[in-house]
Amino acid sequence: MRRILRRVMQNRGAVAGGVVLAVILVCAVAAPLIAPGDPMATRGRPLLPPGGQFPFGTDMLGRDVLAGIVHGARISLLIGVMSTFAAVLIGVTVGAIAGFFGGWVDEVLVRFTEFFQTIPSFVFAILLVAIMRPGLASIIIAIAVVTWPPIARLARSEFMSIRHREFVEAAVLSGVSQGRIIVTEVLPNAASPLIVVSSLMVATAILTESALSFLGLGDPNHISWGYMVGAARTVFRQAWWLSVFPGLAIALTVLAINLVGEGLNDALNPHLKGRIGA
Amino acid sequence: MHYVGFALQWLMKALAVVLAITVLNFLIVRLAPGDPAIVMAGEAGAADSQFLAQVRKDFGLDRPIYVQLATYVGKVLTLDLGRSYRTRRPVGDMLLERLPATLLLTGTAYIFALIVGALLGAIAAAKAHTFLDSVLTAVALVFYATPIFWVGLLLILVFSVQLGWLPPFGMHSLIPVKGTLWQMLDTLKHLVLPALTLGLFYVAVYVRLTRASMLDTASLEYVKTARAKGLPEWRVLTAHILRTALIPIITFAGMQAGNLVGGAIVVETVFAWPGIGRLAFDALFQRDYNILLGVFLISALMVVFFNMLTDLAVRVADPRVGSRT
Repeated sequence: MRRILRRVMQNRGAVAGGVVLAVILVCAVAAPLIAPGDPMATRGRPLLPPGGQFPFGTDMLGRDVLAGIVHGARISLLIGVMSTFAAVLIGVTVGAIAGFFGGWVDEVLVRFTEFFQTIPSFVFAILLVAIMRPGLASIIIAIAVVTWPPIARLARSEFMSIRHREFVEAAVLSGVSQGRIIVTEVLPNAASPLIVVSSLMVATAILTESALSFLGLGDPNHISWGYMVGAARTVFRQAWWLSVFPGLAIALTVLAINLVGEGLNDALNPHLKGRIGA
Repeated sequence: MHYVGFALQWLMKALAVVLAITVLNFLIVRLAPGDPAIVMAGEAGAADSQFLAQVRKDFGLDRPIYVQLATYVGKVLTLDLGRSYRTRRPVGDMLLERLPATLLLTGTAYIFALIVGALLGAIAAAKAHTFLDSVLTAVALVFYATPIFWVGLLLILVFSVQLGWLPPFGMHSLIPVKGTLWQMLDTLKHLVLPALTLGLFYVAVYVRLTRASMLDTASLEYVKTARAKGLPEWRVLTAHILRTALIPIITFAGMQAGNLVGGAIVVETVFAWPGIGRLAFDALFQRDYNILLGVFLISALMVVFFNMLTDLAVRVADPRVGSRT
């Protein structure tokens, strides 16, 4: 563990990304302290340019843009992490079953995964959120439903190669149940590439969430970065700060996660250097 | 290459996708809270009882679920995608009207991204670990991380609002221009910013991919042989490395086609581009679900189409693929 950390620390990009990510994380956790009160509430005159009491200005309803950014960090990170978690859960389950059992089970699951990989994922996500009604849960479910296939494919290939190693065969011979073997023997050995890919998936999930909220499919009860850019669209010629700051927040977060993910990739899978994440 | 076999194979794939998406659409509508008739007819209250009764009759909603599924699949296969609750027009007609604009936008962005991305990626790989490579890789990473709607807004701010070079929205000028050539030029002028917005993200993807793929290929034995034979470096790069490295890139481009259509929804919204994406955005607000279901189906078909083009391109780049099947 310490060796991995040291390798990540040697990667300048990963360290920079880690620092930015830490700042965003602090903002998200300390949001009620940095910007107390409801970020959706009116604070001052509408469309005040950045400066003075409002460092990032106010929007067309007089809401503090900085408060929106700080509170929006919570939604972005929450949805990014939760939807990735759900996608990994689905993907690893499907991939593990396919890779471990092989045969017709594998055949069926591979076809199933391929189908989900070819359908236009963002359009599918839009449809799911629109039908389930926009909300945190529906957004998380929709993103998970459209992003699990790459995880399933990766888990499948890892499970297939580990399945026939000697220590797994030994466990099978000693009568350990199949479910137990999957969880305690195979999964830990398949973990590192899965960790890398899922760390990069958090970034994609945040981008997807921002695009959904930009289109007006965000949770109406919570402020989010994508919603802020989308809502400011009509006035962005007069008030550039309304779209520039939240957009910058999204780009920085996604960039930081990608840098950390690539650092993790180089540290955990040196032989895969530069191959994952394109 | 057997063209008949090729066409048949892709026709079957398209049919399979239509069937699968139709069943998925059917399930999604039933997943929604409340009466599927209301879902299909738009929001409750907005739809009058007469229209609801019509929807129930059209889709056999008072009959057992398997009959409903059969009815729905049968309707889709005969190109009947239901009616828009807002305009009361057949969804199929509305989609076909908008399809050319979306194909123009996504096609342009796709080709632009592939050519520019592969070219810049090849340059980065040829100059690996130099300053130029670092700059290209860093810029690609930034565009990879930036939401496309934001790129679109910034491009409008710079090129339309500040510089006034290009129109910020629409596909045609408000005052119609005369003459076919001038009309084409007018559309082209409107196309630049949206296509650039949609394309830049994929340029970033292909730069990263081409660079990685070329560096992988460059370490292979036959490349060493080519160098040992005394071939000039540019010949080794173009004829030996790039040609092989292109195959995974083209394959990946095909896999990405689905996301291209998704990205078009966002870009068309930003630039008021009159395509399917813009139609979907309007439908979202009016909860015109029949249109959304239709958009999902037609975008899946567009993925099949782009995948077919990809398959063709791979066969051209690598003749072995065609002869194997």
